[in-house]
Amino acid sequence: MAYTKRIDGRGFDETRKIEAKVGVIPRADGSAMFRIGNTWAYAAVYGPRNLHPKFLQDPQKGILRCNYNMMPFSSSGERVRPGGSRRSKEISLVTGKALLPVLNLEEYPNSVVDVFIELPQTEAGSRCAGICAASMALADAGLEMKDLVCAVSAGKVDDKLVVDLDYAEESYKEGSVADIPIAIMPGSGKITLLQMDGEIKKDELIKLIEMTKKVLNDIYEIQKKALKEKYHEVEV
Amino acid sequence: MYRELRDHIISLLNAGMRLDGRKFTEYRKPIEIEKGVIKTAEGSARVKIGETDIIVGVKLEVGEPYPDTPDEGTIIVGAELLPLSNPDFELGPPGIQAIELARVVDRGIRESKALDFKKLCIEPGKKIWMVIIDICPINDAGNLFDASSLAALAALSSTRYPAFDGEKVDYKTKTDKKLELEKTPIAVTVIKIGDKFIVDPDTEEEKVIDSRLTVSSIEDGTLCALQKGGDYPLTTEDIDKMLDIGIEKGKELRKRL
Repeated sequence: MAYTKRIDGRGFDETRKIEAKVGVIPRADGSAMFRIGNTWAYAAVYGPRNLHPKFLQDPQKGILRCNYNMMPFSSSGERVRPGGSRRSKEISLVTGKALLPVLNLEEYPNSVVDVFIELPQTEAGSRCAGICAASMALADAGLEMKDLVCAVSAGKVDDKLVVDLDYAEESYKEGSVADIPIAIMPGSGKITLLQMDGEIKKDELIKLIEMTKKVLNDIYEIQKKALKEKYHEVEV
Repeated sequence: MYRELRDHIISLLNAGMRLDGRKFTEYRKPIEIEKGVIKTAEGSARVKIGETDIIVGVKLEVGEPYPDTPDEGTIIVGAELLPLSNPDFELGPPGIQAIELARVVDRGIRESKALDFKKLCIEPGKKIWMVIIDICPINDAGNLFDASSLAALAALSSTRYPAFDGEKVDYKTKTDKKLELEKTPIAVTVIKIGDKFIVDPDTEEEKVIDSRLTVSSIEDGTLCALQKGGDYPLTTEDIDKMLDIGIEKGKELRKRL
């Protein structure tokens, strides 16, 4: 049977409900919360600050260090053992690569900008939620940025192209599933994160990326609104 | 290291004041306790004391009992001092600070017998429930001990068993069966700076403490766990005063649950 209607009733290019807030962690230099459906991410930015040990320092520019972590109770199945996994290390890596192109770290030689992403609750799309939160947190920290970064998972469930897969769609059994996390810089439309699990034809992928860009522009508006809300009281 | 900060705080205390204008035995405001915030956990709570913000989640797993207590379940408390929550925290396995925090919370629950471990037994000698309590600070603006204990208790009181068919736990299905709390142990950490006693230290005050005593007590004022910390010793008179404060403030905090 073809996938004619999404399991939770959404339109094929419709995301789950999104909530975003900036400045949620007072001790951080910048912070944000991003929630999409039941997936909930916090990001805190510390820095630019001194980098230790010293051999990691780059005298030409500052470095960006990202860490993605699921809280032990954040998975709908068994407890997630603390301390990181191969999966969380890889996500930390691709998150850093997704964010780096919007930053200008040449002003901060020998320094580090730390981005810590924590997931209190997850249900699919957690790396993308983390990237959305982290990008807002970097802006909140006052770092020089060329753009924000917006991310969402796209994919194909059976024969349908969809955006923001939930858990039921990721584990759809009656047809093939492709899960494709995508991040873009909305200003230029350039892509900074692209991964895929599953099967899809090249033409479909290109079509899907274009479809997802539209959705990501909506997410961009939500991020901008959240950033403005924190600073709305400041009169210039 | 923080000599000038310390001198400043002590001179304020001598004039009966604190940095943020609070009384010596006054908690920051607001104190917020929100239960059931995490859908993926069997129980959870978010506690805010002033700017300190913490999430505690409870997961239930089926395991084997210890050989010496074949008919008793158990609790495991973990604390991660997330580098997200404080610029001084670093990535890596739990350090001594995190371990102390987890163990103090553990002892408050365990020693007060807030949970009847016998009720966590499924099949004597074979299967028991393990109650796993994880403490995750979002923003550490001071006094993680009291906030964590309060959040752990609130999370336990919101915990429901997942479905279990004798073989596998079905985490997608929560039953109506609640984890029963027999007691409500509340931890209050009393701080000594100079010759003054205060509660609920903020980040600045925590830097200059001489000693601290975490006092866990139950409804009738019975003490169930203690932990002295800090580099300076305490006299019996000090402890006498600190226990009074701890028990009294514990009663106030309990009403918030």
